[in-house]
Amino acid sequence: MTNVTNVVIAGLGGQGVLKASDILADAAFRAGLDVKKSELHGMSQRGGSVSSDVRFGPQVLSPMVPPGEADVLLVLEETQVEINRPILRANGILIGPDVLAEGALKNKKSLNVALLGAMSMVLDIPEEDWLTAMYANLAEKLHKINEHAFALGRAAALERNQAG
Amino acid sequence: MTGERLLLSGDDAVALAALHAGVKLGTGYPGTPSTEILETFDHLGGRAQWSPNEKVALEVAMGTAFAGARTLVTMKHVGLNVAADPLFTAAYTDIEGGLVLVSADDPGMASSQNEQDNRHYARAAALPMLEPIDSQQAYDFTWLGFELSERWKIPVILRLTTRVCHSKTVVVPRARIQDQPEPSFERNIPARVMIPAYAKPAHHKLRQKLAEIAAWNEQEGPTRLDEGKAELGIIATGIAAVHAREAAPDARQLTIGLTYPLPMERIRAFADGVERLVVVEEGDPMLVDALRAAGIPAEGKPEMYRFGELNVARVRRILAGDTSPEPVPPKGKPPALCQGCSHRTVFQALKDLDCIVAGDIGCYTLGVLPPFSAMDTCVCMGASIGVGLGMRHVLPEDQARRVVSVIGDSTFVHSGLTGIAEMVYNPPATGHLVLILDNGTTAMTGQQEHPGTGRLLDHSPTGKISFEALAASMGVQNVHVIDANDREDGMKTLIADLLAKPETSLVVARQPCVLAAPKIRFYEKAAAEQGCAAEPAS
Repeated sequence: MTNVTNVVIAGLGGQGVLKASDILADAAFRAGLDVKKSELHGMSQRGGSVSSDVRFGPQVLSPMVPPGEADVLLVLEETQVEINRPILRANGILIGPDVLAEGALKNKKSLNVALLGAMSMVLDIPEEDWLTAMYANLAEKLHKINEHAFALGRAAALERNQAG
Repeated sequence: MTGERLLLSGDDAVALAALHAGVKLGTGYPGTPSTEILETFDHLGGRAQWSPNEKVALEVAMGTAFAGARTLVTMKHVGLNVAADPLFTAAYTDIEGGLVLVSADDPGMASSQNEQDNRHYARAAALPMLEPIDSQQAYDFTWLGFELSERWKIPVILRLTTRVCHSKTVVVPRARIQDQPEPSFERNIPARVMIPAYAKPAHHKLRQKLAEIAAWNEQEGPTRLDEGKAELGIIATGIAAVHAREAAPDARQLTIGLTYPLPMERIRAFADGVERLVVVEEGDPMLVDALRAAGIPAEGKPEMYRFGELNVARVRRILAGDTSPEPVPPKGKPPALCQGCSHRTVFQALKDLDCIVAGDIGCYTLGVLPPFSAMDTCVCMGASIGVGLGMRHVLPEDQARRVVSVIGDSTFVHSGLTGIAEMVYNPPATGHLVLILDNGTTAMTGQQEHPGTGRLLDHSPTGKISFEALAASMGVQNVHVIDANDREDGMKTLIADLLAKPETSLVVARQPCVLAAPKIRFYEKAAAEQGCAAEPAS
């Protein structure tokens, strides 16, 4: 299982955690990689904690990211950062909602895609696969606003890297 | 579509395979994690329908299978308890069209009331069982299920688990079947009328079928061997097989696909070739017990790993014999009744009136959590009514008068009708009160239709059952309909009045689910525009 990238996306029900992981899994899939994505459905619409695992590489076995082995943890809600932190490996990358400046988003609902934009800067998936995956997983009327969000996330991550 | 690479959930893979294999009808009852199978089958253009419950779904499926059509039946693990009656005798019959029954188990209870292991059903009912490890196998085993089912004229159980149902993995589908025989009735009385004279030879025939399937499984079954060092041999099934492969990549591994009847000689040969043999299975120690009963010495897992799902970390611990306490994952935010949910008003009233609440299965089970804590029992679909009646029969009068049964609309259709018959037939001395929380949808599983909504699986209009008319016609003495949302005082007064009467009462508290309401309005508008107006909501 070397060469497998492990990503966990977490947040609260209704924030688009599963949509974000669908887009990421689809992007990796379009890049020609083996992909497995896993989460628990059912209670997620009732506002509880939700998380989704996405693993990709030449060959993926288990669909679940073992504790302490996530390379990247993306969290959509500040209160969910600490409870998900144990999944992250040492020196893993945490992407939280604070990546974006407050009020930067035109529509709060596109936070999931904005943070995917930030994550796209650290994952080895071509930008065109990200965009194709995004279009395929979102209704057409949402494309423009999410294009904007994705670009905003990328710019914010770039800025942060330069500053850091 | 051949050769095309797809990224599919296990549920979607089963639906696609059903379409490609020429399934004429899909039936089932919604239940996490199985629900998406029929929904996807419908979206892909298949014919799918929700039944009132799993028993009826399986009975309809048996009819289509007797008539020579391929049929898919889907349910969650506890649904198979409801369908167990037809299941055990369906095993004795000869079917013509292939019948694949999906049992979606929920180890770890992500969204269920228990974590029963439905592998027991394969053995108990004497039916072949296939267990895929990922979406590709979910697709392939659905096809294989139909082939085995038709070759031996026997229903086949496809056992999925939550992680297989809801994980997306890569699938390469095969070509869609082209020509299939049209269904046609052919009389075969001894094979389908299970009176003792025919059932006795049918049981012998069933055992003969199983012996033949076991022999086939030895030679041609979907068993996979991963080469590895002889120091450690692993035998695994289902999702546990991929966890094991990752936890011990150097081990030699035999992954069993057709897990009942087992390819025991294949397993024996594998066991003979390794120094240490460990069985890695989720849930009950069924496979390891079967091996030991066959005289194959194998290590199982320590008892602590019987509970919950397995994962790579837990399989590593099993292989290391580690029984030290496991790290407790931090608790997330629990789910709650939605803001604006009509159930909130009802549970506030029940709490204020200090009711003893016999609850049921659905979103409203969340009424047990703070701030309401207004549910005292929850067992299975429909149990609220019987349990409430039982308590009424024996509790002292001051307590009996406070007992209320609370049941959702979809659950009521599923299993509540016989409870009402019981209430009318054996009324407690203090009477009883049943509250139907009618939010117009099967909310918990993702807003599916049912016979009380007046819409089919694809949301087009159909016949509709009126709960209030039904209750009145069954002889319930007081029947009321109340808007669940905007009359908290009215709700409380009505419940208090009815609790004071030594009579049987049923209240339909009606208000659409806040999440489903916009869609329901859309479906109603669409139906009206098509000129086939659904019945107006009463």
